[in-house]
Amino acid sequence: MRVPLDWLREYAEVPDGTTGTQVAADLVRVGLEEEGLHGGDVQGPLVVGRVLEMTPEEQKNGKTINWCQVDVGAANGTGEPQGIVCGAHNFAAGDLVVVILPGGVLPGNFQISARKTYGHVSAGMICSSLELGLGSDHDGIIVLTDWLGARAEGLQPGQDAIPLLGLDRETVEVNVTPDRGYCFSLRGIAREYSHSTGAAYRDPALVRVVDGQERELTAPAATPDGFPVELQDEAPLDGAVGCDRFVTRIVRGLDPQAQTPAWMATRLTEAGMRPISLAVDVSNYVMLAVGQPTHAYDLAKVTGPIVVRRARPGEKLTTLDDVERTLDPEDLLITDGGETVLGLAGVMGGASSEVSESTTDVLIEAAHFDPRTVARTSRRHRLSSEASKRFERGVDPELAPQAAQLMVELMVELGGGAADPAVTDAGQVSQPEPITFDPSMPTRYVGVDYTVDRVRELLETIGCTVTAGADGILTVTPPTWRPDLLTGPDLVEEVARIDGYDKIPSVLPTAPGGRGLTHAQRVRRTVAAALAGQGLDEVLTYPFVGDSRFDDLGLAADDQRRHAVRLANPLSDEAPLMRTELLQTLPDALRRNLGRGAKDVALFEIDTVTHPDLARKAPVPGVGVKPDDAVLEEIRAAVPHQPLHVALVAAGHSERAGWWGPGRTTDVTDMVGWAHAICDAVGVVVERLQTEREPFHPGRCVELALADGTTVGWAGELHPKVVKALGVPERTVAAELDLDVLIAASDRRAQGAPLSNHPPAGSDIALTVPRSVSFGDVQESVRAGAGDLLESVQLFDVYRGDQIGEDQQSLAFHLLFRAPDRTLTTEEVNTARDAAVARAATDHGAVQR
Amino acid sequence: MPRRRPGTRSRQPFRRGDAGRLRLGRVSGPNTNYDPVEVSALDPAVIEENVTDALAAITAAASLEELKAARIAHAGEKSPLALANREIGALPPSAKAEAGKRVGQARGQVNQALATRQTELEAERDERILVEEAMDLTVRPDRRPFGHRHPLTLTAERMADVMVGMGWEIAEGPGVEAEWFNFDALNFDKDHPARQMQDTFFVDPADAGIVLRTHTSPGQARSLLERGAPLYVAVPGKTFRTDELDATHTPVFHQMEGLAVDEGLTMAHLRGTLDRLASELFGEGLKTRLRPAYFPFTEPSAEMDFQCFVCRGLPTAAPCRTCGGTGWIEWGGCGMVNHNVLRACGVDPERYQGFAFGMGVERSLMFRNHLADMREIIEGDVRFNAQFGMEI
Ligand SMILES: [Zn+2]
Repeated sequence: MRVPLDWLREYAEVPDGTTGTQVAADLVRVGLEEEGLHGGDVQGPLVVGRVLEMTPEEQKNGKTINWCQVDVGAANGTGEPQGIVCGAHNFAAGDLVVVILPGGVLPGNFQISARKTYGHVSAGMICSSLELGLGSDHDGIIVLTDWLGARAEGLQPGQDAIPLLGLDRETVEVNVTPDRGYCFSLRGIAREYSHSTGAAYRDPALVRVVDGQERELTAPAATPDGFPVELQDEAPLDGAVGCDRFVTRIVRGLDPQAQTPAWMATRLTEAGMRPISLAVDVSNYVMLAVGQPTHAYDLAKVTGPIVVRRARPGEKLTTLDDVERTLDPEDLLITDGGETVLGLAGVMGGASSEVSESTTDVLIEAAHFDPRTVARTSRRHRLSSEASKRFERGVDPELAPQAAQLMVELMVELGGGAADPAVTDAGQVSQPEPITFDPSMPTRYVGVDYTVDRVRELLETIGCTVTAGADGILTVTPPTWRPDLLTGPDLVEEVARIDGYDKIPSVLPTAPGGRGLTHAQRVRRTVAAALAGQGLDEVLTYPFVGDSRFDDLGLAADDQRRHAVRLANPLSDEAPLMRTELLQTLPDALRRNLGRGAKDVALFEIDTVTHPDLARKAPVPGVGVKPDDAVLEEIRAAVPHQPLHVALVAAGHSERAGWWGPGRTTDVTDMVGWAHAICDAVGVVVERLQTEREPFHPGRCVELALADGTTVGWAGELHPKVVKALGVPERTVAAELDLDVLIAASDRRAQGAPLSNHPPAGSDIALTVPRSVSFGDVQESVRAGAGDLLESVQLFDVYRGDQIGEDQQSLAFHLLFRAPDRTLTTEEVNTARDAAVARAATDHGAVQR
Repeated sequence: MPRRRPGTRSRQPFRRGDAGRLRLGRVSGPNTNYDPVEVSALDPAVIEENVTDALAAITAAASLEELKAARIAHAGEKSPLALANREIGALPPSAKAEAGKRVGQARGQVNQALATRQTELEAERDERILVEEAMDLTVRPDRRPFGHRHPLTLTAERMADVMVGMGWEIAEGPGVEAEWFNFDALNFDKDHPARQMQDTFFVDPADAGIVLRTHTSPGQARSLLERGAPLYVAVPGKTFRTDELDATHTPVFHQMEGLAVDEGLTMAHLRGTLDRLASELFGEGLKTRLRPAYFPFTEPSAEMDFQCFVCRGLPTAAPCRTCGGTGWIEWGGCGMVNHNVLRACGVDPERYQGFAFGMGVERSLMFRNHLADMREIIEGDVRFNAQFGMEI
């Protein structure tokens, strides 16, 4: 909401000299957040200038600038012409323009000084409307004879242009929260300003100031001959009828040529509305002034009676924005005689009954509509208007006759017509419900000691009627303009707000003491720290993907991972799905880093992925009531499973070359090692299964699994086709693990055992086995055969070559034995080693070399 | 032997004992008729001369090799003193003692000198080796790149840790969330404008009742339903709005939600909690400011600002660029939990009251660590991480 200060002053006694900044600060205190300040940010000298000479000079860059001599009178202290460089061309020698001289400041704190440019010293600037904050488009230099019309007559060079252009006028823009619809009017804003500062307030719905004199705004009572209006509603929403008040007034004999006066046009413009025609402008003016949307119909085009009713199924309407809309039975309509649809109630009028250039008699509508009905219609038709914005937040139901009266008076004064004595005031509005209120509640909620008297005073300040019962309990009736005040806490907020939130003390509560981080939270941190320690960088990627990414990753048509949660309104149609694995988006970060010149990049991401469950729908029971357990369970069950994953991707070098020696390219062993580091970090032992899985190289992928076979994840090198499709370097390696599995597997208290103080004994064996046998299987046999004395086994060399059969490989293992209670003898070690060899021979036909 | 430092174990780097040991050759058999005076090798003057020669050679030895040669010449098996020693056995018993003493002293003197010189030369050699082995380490040998955590997750963890320090617990909730939890449980009525203002991503079909959570507040409802009151819980997490990415907006962002429900909690407790959090994150003694606001799930509601940690609201020569000269930085929303939220979660609003707050993690990071552009947080450029280290 834009609040022109000059307009605000009409309704609240704003002290002289108060700046927009100060008013904004005063409004913030009562909950109207500043969105912006307009005007008042130009500092002179800003003067009228006459262009004496204008010399175009072509520059090396092809641009032509004008070297101008401008008469600025005595404003520059010398009376000599001012030399100014100007890049625009929409003016000519002899024109009156606006000149800002050195020392002046333009909006945006743009300080003007004489500066050297294009080979001249430019002492100031010839201003465009954009530069002065007067226009949003760069339509060039202001030529005052065009800009001011007749008002430009008699202007003298050197004259102050700030008041001339209205640049001394300030407008404060505030954000109005959805509960305070009444602040979408100067009436509401001025009231809040008065609450904040104590300034005297004059309600524009009750009093007008005309020619400096206060005058009561008195709406006449309804007459039997008022324009006929029928309010119908066979299907009220939640028991609320669509329209509970409909006031009409008629003004006849308007001059169709009558223009909106400059003062009104200025106020409308400053408030952010475009002046259109007298009838429309007056309607908008009334809405901005008091908050009541009104409508003016061409009386000649309405037969009557006005019938307000819900739409029929399939009924159509072309709205003022030239869109034909199919209506819903919940939509509330204003109709002429029940058949011709004049508009969507509270949202937008239709084209048929619009006031035109020939209209002389108007029918004025000021009605009160159900907020819910208007909100749904506005949402359904994606049609938000100044009217709907106010109605869906709640308009003061007592306002309609007063607003209509204000509109009638203005139309008569400005359009030269006469008010018809016939007045309609149909419907019955409900009065605000009294609230039973314990006056100790504000103190209990806010922590400030408010006396009962203070509570009463504050509530009365905002317009409530307060009565006290014998038990001290108050009965508080909110004012008609505050439909948001319904409960005790609502009143608590008013008490705290008007008394001032700054009076609330700071007291640290004593929580009962918690359990600290959960195991899952600790694991997440541990894993992240371990990976960073291993040389990987944590990144966060957006979770949105598209089917083409699944293609890039080589996922088969029936791959479960293609089955993803889809967004109904994605930001991009290219990426409407929620990723089912982190590796679907993580390579983007790798590519970005490489694109920016990084060479050795290793990244990880920890986040949830989304697995769509059955196409279940979640019930959406309403507010304020706990759903029963079955419904709650249904809601929870419909939320897709979202396991926590960790994914890794790397390319380049894991060890760099440099003055210290050679480096080493990151390869799949690094990645499998990192995947193990994750498991080691949380103390979970995993097994490896050579496997094939997209997006990995079919021969370079390993599945990591718990001892019970539960899959933890996969690590490997990306498939060459995937590498190509993703545009990442050859031999890029990657892994993805399910952290939830590791969290569950590590959620136990690890048991320690005493360490042996006896020396270890080593023994090496080399086993020849067919190449078809995996290293891991041979190692497992060796481990099993060696028995309990084996402390560790390490595959330290693999040989394939001339000295053994073509289909054979020789695997060299280092075995380390140790007993808990004694130093092992050579015989014991040899026996265990031989048993290991024998087991490998039995399992895989291994032969010791 | 270097002097042992008291309390340290002797870990002598070099063995020195061997250097002084004499290698004994074969010795002549006893000869009772031998007259020492007549054996020239045992002549005191000759021995004196041998010692003088030996000491001169030892002193002159400039290297361990030369010293080795001097040892062989003057203390070796064939050295004059060794020969003299061998002759002692041939002396008559009456003369043995005196000759033995004389030769023994002489050899002792020579061996002592050898040992001393050996130590000196070894020390010189050791020092020379250290000089020769010196490496220039003035250029960083970044052989293995070091990784980094992301500043945003570190910030969220830091915020969570402050809450844990106050005795709160940390909870999580799903990013793809039931519409009821995201809105209705939090008193966002289906027709209320506030629900429309959330710029929500809906899961297809749009009436599935599933959304991407627009705030971490559904964590409030989930925690209350699961655990009931009293409850002190903070919920950090990822949230979504249909905003296009620019310098100050991102469709995917992070918040931390706080919820305390207990008997007798007031807005003063809310403020106390926020003051502590602001102090821990932005600077000791920083205060927060509450401004009236509206949120469906709180009543009374407030916007919260924290005091600018650069200017602290005090006048500055040029307008403060961190806060724009207002002295305050917007941080998030808060208030007393709406009765409808408590009811929806099965908590009796007559007995319990609570407060809740929520703030952006990105915003906290940007102000705390002086970032101008939101995009750097989400781009995943490793250079961004590297500025911050593992603890920010
Ligand atoms: Zn500041």
